[in-house]
Amino acid sequence: MNKYIPHTKQDIKEMLDAIGVKSIDDLFVDIPDGVKFKKDYNLENGLSELEVTKIIGDISHKNRIGMVPFVGAGAYDHYIPSISAHITDRSEFITAYTPYQPEVSQGTLQYIFEYQTMMCNLTDMEVSNASLYDAFTGAAEAAMMANSATRRNKILISETVNPSYINVVKAYARFKGFEVEIIPAKNGLSDLETIKGKLDKEVSSVLIQSPNYHGLFEDPEEIVEDIHANKSLLIFAVNPMALPLVKTPGEIGADIVIGDAQPLGIPISFGGPYLGFMTTTKKLMRKMPGRICGQTEDVDGKRAFVLTLQAREQHIRREKANSNICSNQSLNVLATTIYLATMGKQGMLDVANMNYQKAHYVYDEILKLDKFKKVYDNDFFNEFVVETEIPYKEIVKKTDFCGIIPGLDLGDNKILFCVTEKRTEAEIENLLSCLKEL
Amino acid sequence: MYDKLIFELSREGRKGYSLPNCKINKYELPKNLKRKSELILPEVSENEVMRHYVNLSNKNFGVDTGFYPLGSCTMKYNPKLNEDMATSPYFTTSHPLTNQAYTQGSLEVMYKLSEALEEITGMKKVSLNPFAGAHGELVGLMIMKAYHDDKKDSKRTKVIIPDSAHGTNPASATVAGFDVVEVKSNPDGTVNIPALKEAMNDEIAGIMLTNPNTLGIYEKDIVEIKNIVHDGGGLLYYDGANLNAIMGESRPGDMGFDIIHLNLHKTFSTPHGGGGPGSGPVGVQEHLAKFLPVPEVVEDEGIYSLNYDMPDSIGQVTGFYGNFLVLVRAYTYILTMGNDGLKEVSKMAVLNANYLMSLLKKDYLLPIDEVCKHEFVLDGLTDKSTGVTTLDVAKRLLDMGFHAPTVYFPLIVKEAMMIEPTETESKQSLDSFIEALTIIAKEAKDNPDYLKNAPYNTPVRRLDEATAARNPILKWEK
Repeated sequence: MNKYIPHTKQDIKEMLDAIGVKSIDDLFVDIPDGVKFKKDYNLENGLSELEVTKIIGDISHKNRIGMVPFVGAGAYDHYIPSISAHITDRSEFITAYTPYQPEVSQGTLQYIFEYQTMMCNLTDMEVSNASLYDAFTGAAEAAMMANSATRRNKILISETVNPSYINVVKAYARFKGFEVEIIPAKNGLSDLETIKGKLDKEVSSVLIQSPNYHGLFEDPEEIVEDIHANKSLLIFAVNPMALPLVKTPGEIGADIVIGDAQPLGIPISFGGPYLGFMTTTKKLMRKMPGRICGQTEDVDGKRAFVLTLQAREQHIRREKANSNICSNQSLNVLATTIYLATMGKQGMLDVANMNYQKAHYVYDEILKLDKFKKVYDNDFFNEFVVETEIPYKEIVKKTDFCGIIPGLDLGDNKILFCVTEKRTEAEIENLLSCLKEL
Repeated sequence: MYDKLIFELSREGRKGYSLPNCKINKYELPKNLKRKSELILPEVSENEVMRHYVNLSNKNFGVDTGFYPLGSCTMKYNPKLNEDMATSPYFTTSHPLTNQAYTQGSLEVMYKLSEALEEITGMKKVSLNPFAGAHGELVGLMIMKAYHDDKKDSKRTKVIIPDSAHGTNPASATVAGFDVVEVKSNPDGTVNIPALKEAMNDEIAGIMLTNPNTLGIYEKDIVEIKNIVHDGGGLLYYDGANLNAIMGESRPGDMGFDIIHLNLHKTFSTPHGGGGPGSGPVGVQEHLAKFLPVPEVVEDEGIYSLNYDMPDSIGQVTGFYGNFLVLVRAYTYILTMGNDGLKEVSKMAVLNANYLMSLLKKDYLLPIDEVCKHEFVLDGLTDKSTGVTTLDVAKRLLDMGFHAPTVYFPLIVKEAMMIEPTETESKQSLDSFIEALTIIAKEAKDNPDYLKNAPYNTPVRRLDEATAARNPILKWEK
């Protein structure tokens, strides 16, 4: 018997006797013969821990690691405090399920409550949920939330958002049956005038991202009044790492804020699992998808936490729910909560500033190489676009040799570089000298 | 008991982080872009962070703490080897958008896991992209719709869902743009054939089924159901929440299902993590493979790559490629268990469930007294005269060191206690659970009021949930 299965022959015999059957097969007599699987799986039999470690280890070594990434585009290489994994690995957190029995789930519930507070403070909004899958499905959820809140059926998306936002929202829209219109960019930024002109009785919401896909800060504040006057909502996608420094979604007047908390303490991990977050206003609270944790008291008057406002959710409303989401990315919520607790107020200001400073330095230095040209005049956070005549293939050939992952190929001779606080002086010099030799 | 929030430990100027000095500090954010509102985050030392969250962990109950018989959630033991494999820096530092020559290992795991899941389920092609069970349902239903759209059959706007189904089923159908036709189940939760026949018409896109169903009963009429739905032009969707019951015994692909989703965090032992991240792969038959989401992982002479060239695909449903580290854990588990081990899993899961059912029906009402699969449903205490409810029993179990079963679900059983022991529990563990429930049954007779106020020994006692919903306090404020 496998080490994860504790049954001895004697156990099995006693249990069968207690049930009153002769064999295990008697417990499967209800499966009709026509659909009975009578063969073996075309899989190896089980392997020992040593063998499995070797096999997975060998496969993992086919990933080339140790390359220094200057790429982001939705997956960012930031510092993660050592303390984080020591907490998230604790069995009491990792092997628990959704806190359906709050009396024995206060650990999970309290960190969700702390997370909600932190995300509200970071985004400067009133209400947070307990997380969604990732930023991109979060955008689709936000669109459906806005449609439901406004009883309208169309979302305007600025072309400057990460294209995955557009792709995922479009997939949901095709099936759920709502309209998506992409508003072309103007000089790398959202075309606010055109968006304003498109606002009509069909438009439930407008999706704008800042920093946008090309790293540039956007400020939709000047059209927020028009959006609201049209009874539409502003869905604002943000990079939480930039928020300690820049004008907040709350100050801008956003109605729904979404993004990925991956930069806040979650490893890159080939794209997942990440952490979609959503914050909103009190007014829209009861339209928000996902779990929400609230504070209450127990019968002895002791402060306690519990999943609340569940009347919104699928297990109560079934086909009438706005969203079908059931789980949240709870363990990553814990990682982000630990990250924000450890970094604290000053740490977040410092790390955000380091991203800003280092990215700007690299940008200036790359432009000095005169093989790379400026594309935009606007300010950016930790990602920027440059243009070059050198084919991307040649750049990759060169950076491969230097142990560097270059920025993302955007096509049209444009490259999107990312510089985080983790890039050391030496790594930056290596990048610059590598590019110089092109 | 420790009872502070991290914000309440904060002291101005205290810190828990260290960062290298940054020599560059000459760039200034334009004034009009600067944040004005105060950033309120805790200011605490590293020791305080550690102690705070360790104390919180002590208020939690996990599978590693004790028996967790939450029905339909398959709370089996989460092997630690899975964690070691998934936290390898070879996997955790791999960027999703680099040259695919640098990520061959990650792609290989995905490819091989898909192959293994195809074999286990009897489906032709599996996509690992969906993030969770509900996400898998949504993706599966999108595929169902794409199939009918492709056939220019625009009349099929409805999906049949039995009233015993998980709540996500109807919600997913709505998000996928379908209307829901709910059909009444037989008392044992199985599909009522006359009701199905009556519901089936040319507006039906398909049916969503869980087999074994939420009462742990195998659909004996599955072949007939398949014929009715297929003959009527619909597709069959399989909710894989309960696959742990039938590995090596019966495959959804052989039952005639066209589309399935799996929950890797259930059957394939990846941890539930306090509510996620999970993973909800979707599998389809050959004729639906072209509709799967992008990208798919393909292999050519040992080289793996991501393919986006799928013109009939439902599109992109995730930012990247799903919850990758969860996939590593599931693949580790499948290698560890293998053909023989996976078969053993379902045998022992079913043995455990039937053993508990046989011994608990003395004091608890068993509405469906026939052989069950991996779980079964009790309808509260047999003796209803005491006024003790399923909720009271559940809360008292917490006092005795057990997690409660799933309660008040499925909806078709009024005082439902849905119990799923899984294969990783020993006979001793089951016996002590039976003993606890027997004691509770006796307490219900002797002192019902005592149960109505349970639990007593937990970190907090019964909560005022109504006030929490009426006057929501959703964040800490100064």
